[in-house]
Amino acid sequence: MSVKYTNDHEYVRQDGDVYVIGISAHAAEQLGDVVFVELPVVGKTFSQGDDMAVVESVKAASDVYAPISGEVVEVNSAIVDEPAKVNEDAMGEAWFVKIKASNAAEIDKLMDEAAYKKFAENS
Amino acid sequence: MGTKNLSDTRKKTPLHALHQSLGAKMVPFAGYDMPVQYPLGVLKEHLHTRDKAGLFDVSHMGQAAIIADNHEAAAAALETLVPGEMQKLGVWRQRYTVLLNDDGGIIDDLMVSRPDVNGRLNIVVNAACKNKDYAHIEARLPDGARLERFDDRGLIALQGPKAAEVFAKHAPAAAEMKFMAVAPLTIAGIDVVVSRSGYTGEDGYEISVAGENTEKLATLLLGDPDVAAIGLGARDSLRLEAGLCLYGHDITSETSPVEGNIRFAIGKRRREEGGFPGAARIQKEIAEGPSRLRVGLKPEGRAPAREGADIQSVDGKTIGVVTSGGFGPTVGGPIAMGYVAAENATTGTDVQLIVRGKALPARVIDMPFAPHRYYRG
Repeated sequence: MSVKYTNDHEYVRQDGDVYVIGISAHAAEQLGDVVFVELPVVGKTFSQGDDMAVVESVKAASDVYAPISGEVVEVNSAIVDEPAKVNEDAMGEAWFVKIKASNAAEIDKLMDEAAYKKFAENS
Repeated sequence: MGTKNLSDTRKKTPLHALHQSLGAKMVPFAGYDMPVQYPLGVLKEHLHTRDKAGLFDVSHMGQAAIIADNHEAAAAALETLVPGEMQKLGVWRQRYTVLLNDDGGIIDDLMVSRPDVNGRLNIVVNAACKNKDYAHIEARLPDGARLERFDDRGLIALQGPKAAEVFAKHAPAAAEMKFMAVAPLTIAGIDVVVSRSGYTGEDGYEISVAGENTEKLATLLLGDPDVAAIGLGARDSLRLEAGLCLYGHDITSETSPVEGNIRFAIGKRRREEGGFPGAARIQKEIAEGPSRLRVGLKPEGRAPAREGADIQSVDGKTIGVVTSGGFGPTVGGPIAMGYVAAENATTGTDVQLIVRGKALPARVIDMPFAPHRYYRG
């Protein structure tokens, strides 16, 4: 299943009937050493673009926006306990939340891998 | 976005090419193109400095001297601008003090040292303040004293528990120096003026060197396996853990040295005598206590509280504001400093910090957050 990206460096990938959301490896690298992650509670609903989570590095705090609308069905508490995992494996083990999408069509409008790569290089 | 062109207008220190060759990420700082971090990253650079030794390019800071006919005249001239004891500053000794405005607010903080040239006091001021400082000093210095700038000199800080061992390999005499001592030394044929000081809370040295020799000296020190190049990012987290003020944030033109909890910048004799700008306010604050005070803050959870976060009492009344805050790698958690009303400044007072609209429990604690390890002999 292909990964899609937002302009704000979140990624979404489908995993069965839910969507896994995190921040891109490029974003993690730009942030530097991550020292704090705040995640929403399971059951919370978001519209696309809402503030969903917070990630802080030694340098700065950044908001993580909901890349698609939906309801949080699972959160990755491992990255809250060990924020450095975000630097180690942002695209894999260090996902942020899993969402049940309320409008799956939103995903189609996000960037694919090639488009994001180009976007990240120029941003 | 045109950032590449903009960087050409930034000033460069004598180590600029070295930073680039080391793979530093360069950012604009105080008009200079400076390394914020190297490939090691802020966190590991911080820990390396506390564990071994870090080398910092601080050549952007302002090096200058107050020059008069003799020490008494130079000291008297500088004492019209700062509350520090300058008359009794010994030869080859250094002292921390502040430039004050007429309201007793801080124009900048600075180091003053006395070389063995009668009538000369060397100063080191903050990069972002240096032009403002020099204009102020020149405008206010009494007749018979003048300012001389050393814009072409480099300044390197070597900091950490291994700094003395590393440095003594090249200059054995440096090992004997005590905290805040200054000495003229020669390293690999390069003349330097070294002070045993720094801004990380660790033992170490600050080395003033001619611009054309700065890279050679830095390369020599970086050749030691215990030494890593450290950027501005880790410099900030190190000084925060050490409880040291960042000018423009923790101390400003509004805050006095009493409120800023840096009374050691005010000489004992001078507390009595006055004779420095804003003396009336500062003497009153010493006698009666200031209305607000800079304190250390320890948030309870993991969330850092950053500059600008409101500080509230436990009953929700705003009592102050965070002036520096972040994650302390050595502490292993968030730390902050800020100003609170005097009645809330007692160690152990419970407060709350407002972060993203939420009140996080925190406590007023003593600084430094990481113990100072200065060499006092």
